[in-house]
Amino acid sequence: MSAPATSPPSSGSKGPRRAAAAPATEPKPVPAWKRWLSPLSSLRLTVILLALGIVVTFFGTLAQTEDGLYVAQQKYFRSWFSVWSPHDLGWKWFKVPLPGGYLLGTLLVANLLAAHTTRFKPSWRKSGIFLTHMGVLMLLLGQLATDMFSRESRMSFPEGEWRNYSEDFQKTELAFLTDAGTNGLDLVVAIPDSLLVKGGELRHPQLPFVVRVQEFAENSSIRMRAPMVDTNRAPATSQGVGAKAIFQPVAPTRAMDKRNLPGAVIELVGTNGASLGTWLFALVLDEQEVGSGGTNWRATLRPTRYYQPFSVQLLKTTHDVYTGTRTASDPRGIPRNFASRVKLERPSTGERREVDISMNQPLRYGGLTFFQHQMDREEMERGGRGISVLQVVKNPSWLAPYLGTLLVLIGLMVQFMIHLVEFIRRRTA
Amino acid sequence: MKRQLPWIITGVFALWFLSTLRIPKPETFRLDEFAEVPVVFSGRHQPVDSLARNSLVQIRDRYTVWDAREKRSLSATEWLAEVMMKPETADDRRAFRLDHPDLISLLKLPLKDESRGEDGKHYSWNQISPGFKEIEDQARQILQTKKDESQRDAFDRSVLKLRNALTLYLRLKNTVHPQDTTNFTAELAAFEASITPGVAAVRDQQNGQAYDTNAFNSLLNLVGRYDVTVKMDGPLIIPPHHPERDRDAWSRMGEALMVHVRGEPLPASVGQWGRIATAFRTGDVAGFNAALTDYRRSLSGALAPELSKGRHETFFNHMAPFYTCLVIYVAAFLFAIFYWFNFAEWSRQTAFALIGLTFVIHTTGLIFRMVLEGRPPVTNLYSSAIFIGWGAVLLGMILEKFWRNAIGLVVASSLGFVTLIIAHNLALGGDTMIMLQAVLDTNFWLATHVVIVTLGYASTYVAGFLAIVYILRGVLTRGLDEATGRSLARMVYGIICFATLFSFIGTVLGGIWADQSWGRFWGWDPKENGALIIVLWNALLLHARWGGIVRERGLMALTVGGNIVTSWSWFGTNMLGIGLHAYGFMNGAFVWLGIFIFSQLIIIGMGMLPPQYWRSRRTANAKPTDPAAGLSRPVPAGAR
Repeated sequence: MSAPATSPPSSGSKGPRRAAAAPATEPKPVPAWKRWLSPLSSLRLTVILLALGIVVTFFGTLAQTEDGLYVAQQKYFRSWFSVWSPHDLGWKWFKVPLPGGYLLGTLLVANLLAAHTTRFKPSWRKSGIFLTHMGVLMLLLGQLATDMFSRESRMSFPEGEWRNYSEDFQKTELAFLTDAGTNGLDLVVAIPDSLLVKGGELRHPQLPFVVRVQEFAENSSIRMRAPMVDTNRAPATSQGVGAKAIFQPVAPTRAMDKRNLPGAVIELVGTNGASLGTWLFALVLDEQEVGSGGTNWRATLRPTRYYQPFSVQLLKTTHDVYTGTRTASDPRGIPRNFASRVKLERPSTGERREVDISMNQPLRYGGLTFFQHQMDREEMERGGRGISVLQVVKNPSWLAPYLGTLLVLIGLMVQFMIHLVEFIRRRTA
Repeated sequence: MKRQLPWIITGVFALWFLSTLRIPKPETFRLDEFAEVPVVFSGRHQPVDSLARNSLVQIRDRYTVWDAREKRSLSATEWLAEVMMKPETADDRRAFRLDHPDLISLLKLPLKDESRGEDGKHYSWNQISPGFKEIEDQARQILQTKKDESQRDAFDRSVLKLRNALTLYLRLKNTVHPQDTTNFTAELAAFEASITPGVAAVRDQQNGQAYDTNAFNSLLNLVGRYDVTVKMDGPLIIPPHHPERDRDAWSRMGEALMVHVRGEPLPASVGQWGRIATAFRTGDVAGFNAALTDYRRSLSGALAPELSKGRHETFFNHMAPFYTCLVIYVAAFLFAIFYWFNFAEWSRQTAFALIGLTFVIHTTGLIFRMVLEGRPPVTNLYSSAIFIGWGAVLLGMILEKFWRNAIGLVVASSLGFVTLIIAHNLALGGDTMIMLQAVLDTNFWLATHVVIVTLGYASTYVAGFLAIVYILRGVLTRGLDEATGRSLARMVYGIICFATLFSFIGTVLGGIWADQSWGRFWGWDPKENGALIIVLWNALLLHARWGGIVRERGLMALTVGGNIVTSWSWFGTNMLGIGLHAYGFMNGAFVWLGIFIFSQLIIIGMGMLPPQYWRSRRTANAKPTDPAAGLSRPVPAGAR
């Protein structure tokens, strides 16, 4: 393993010997690629990477108190580099540069693969280690795949209503809808917020106008314009609700239980180049008519929707608490059971069935998994119906952690048994 | 003599434990039987005894009330019986503990004055009552301005604690009957008598006809009195009327009476509680005991399981197995340490036998709790402390079986002691068997993920304490010879392997649970990250050792670091107050965690001193040619 990289090249004599079987006295020369890999395969690097992993995990946890789970996760774990600094203002100058989760993960995988190609010689004594490492590899790659391919969204509805889509709880889209000539269904053109952030002009062959983003705010506050008070503040836009409102971008929230309320000021420009006016769209506002007369387009800023080829109807919600725990000081009580009974319908296959989704009892269907997430109840004046929020997860690589865990488990067990047998044999010897 | 000594000493402790099991049967009020009566509070069936203890501990930090005038201490049940059925006596008892001097002066309470029986810490309801408005104002202001618990200081916390204690006390006072009732049986009779005319009067009044104002007012008056008690959300003491239909349909006294006004028959238990309360109040011992026997007999039919659970839980409370263990762990620790100084084999054997005894008691307590709760051993922070102690003691005993040098015993007894002290302090928060949130309510995962992760904690601590023994004995004494050092290194290595296995499996099982319940395997939740850090730390240790990057001393220093990492995961992550596993901010514990981490850092610093500063100077460490000095060699005979 200790390749003499600096030793003088031996003259010709090695050539023929290499062709023959190498004698046991002299180690087989190490090929160049292995020599390159060997620093990458060192245990010292493993230890350094594990130590950095601990540091990053620790700071990534601390940061959650300030940044919230989602932001901290993006910043420390789903990144290549990051910088941590304490949130107490007096200490802002104190900065700790950190490697990101992706960097550490990549290096760990490289380290592991390099070690197995250069250092490890297959042997039964090391079979457990080998299995464990393969399991760890699978866990790391599985987590990467989850990061890249999984999608979490939510389906929120009151009892009795149908949904054929779920909504993203981070991303928003500017949706233009029309039902002209589409026999009852809406034609939807949706612009993701990632494009709105960039600003500029956006065109789509099916839109009879150009969308010009004048302003987009990740989080905003909107209030009605008071005619006597706001005399020197212009209304947000020329058309729609915005003509009577004041639009104010605010700092994005980090709290786990709050979502940002994005808003946008949009100008629509007709095909002839003339402006049709400006509109205000925001998550808190309803659909508005847009464009010039006759086209019949509506638009709204809404959570990004993921449509499914099937529909779900919420039939009934159940929300049990333990006897006597729902009190004046704790009106929610200690929840005992949350459950939603839903009906599934898939027109293309004629499928139609009812199923219960409860805590710890998700529904797996159509490549998605539906988990009971939250329960609520409408205000009495709106019908007092139970509201259920289902977490909808698409994760094609969900099997990876299971396989990885199994491999590590078997590997550690094998290694443990090997050591135990040796230990007992030695003690009895 | 010395051969029998271990058995004699252990026998004495065993007899002491057995003697504490007997519940004394009083010759006056049979409060021992009253203690077993089942009620429902914090969502679960529990005996009056548990209600009393868990309430009193929140009010007074103790399970008994000391009465300086009568020079005796009241059991929790006796105190609760007074609060519920003879409140004017209870109001005079010094049941409230106030910790903060500013709070005491704010309420103008008397300072310590032995001659007047003031201890400066404990006050009665009557002493505090003039300050109720002040407490309420302060509490409201704290809750409004300092929403985040971490902003509150010691004074704020003591104000809120006192307010909670007063609220709880008020609830208990209005559980059986309204607090100002003087003769409950008579009041129930008056209630019964007023229903028919009263309901008729109400009906007449609603129909706009002439009605009997007296009957109308007396019914409304009584209904109003009981309605107030219902709104206080006290314990549910009236058993379900139709247990065969719904076992969980317990109700409060006021609710049972309301249902009766609406025409349902009055449950017999209402009248039985009436007799019990009236007899207790008037000092009628025979009447109380007879009414209690009647009530228990009526429960023993359909509600026999609840009654029997009440009996068992009361017995368990009385047994207090973990308290007994605490005492014996101290004794075992002393005997084990004694062995290190004079190598008296009897001393080591005594320590071993004592730890064996505590292990039996500890296990009994653990299983008793599991049966009472119908759950795997770990359901909350309290039970995790109990279980970590149990696992650590088991591991320590196994180590001792192999090495016979009292090191396993010292580690077992000290970890057993420390974890039970932690558990004792966690129990001050109230009921330790509170029901679980729906999301945690899966015995399968509690039994696998939680138990295995907790065993991972326990084994990491055992390794860490072994390393502490190595460093302290090496630096401070001459007692760490080469053989002992090597055997310690082998123990640590073995336990670290074990800890890696358990913490890894436990952590990924948690991931699988999360995937099953929430649809994500890994969410970077603080508690998950804490567990991950333990796995990474143990993996780091193993790789550093395999790579020859650390040798014996380095391994020990790193292993002590495992204590810090594990404590962070166990407690520190909860203190962040975020994430799915957060059980609430614990300010007091934060200080202790800080002290613990600091002490571990000092020990790590000692471990990193160059060998010439160690009193047990050991040349083996200095040999650079042997990377894993002695780690994989068989134990020399001298070490046994």
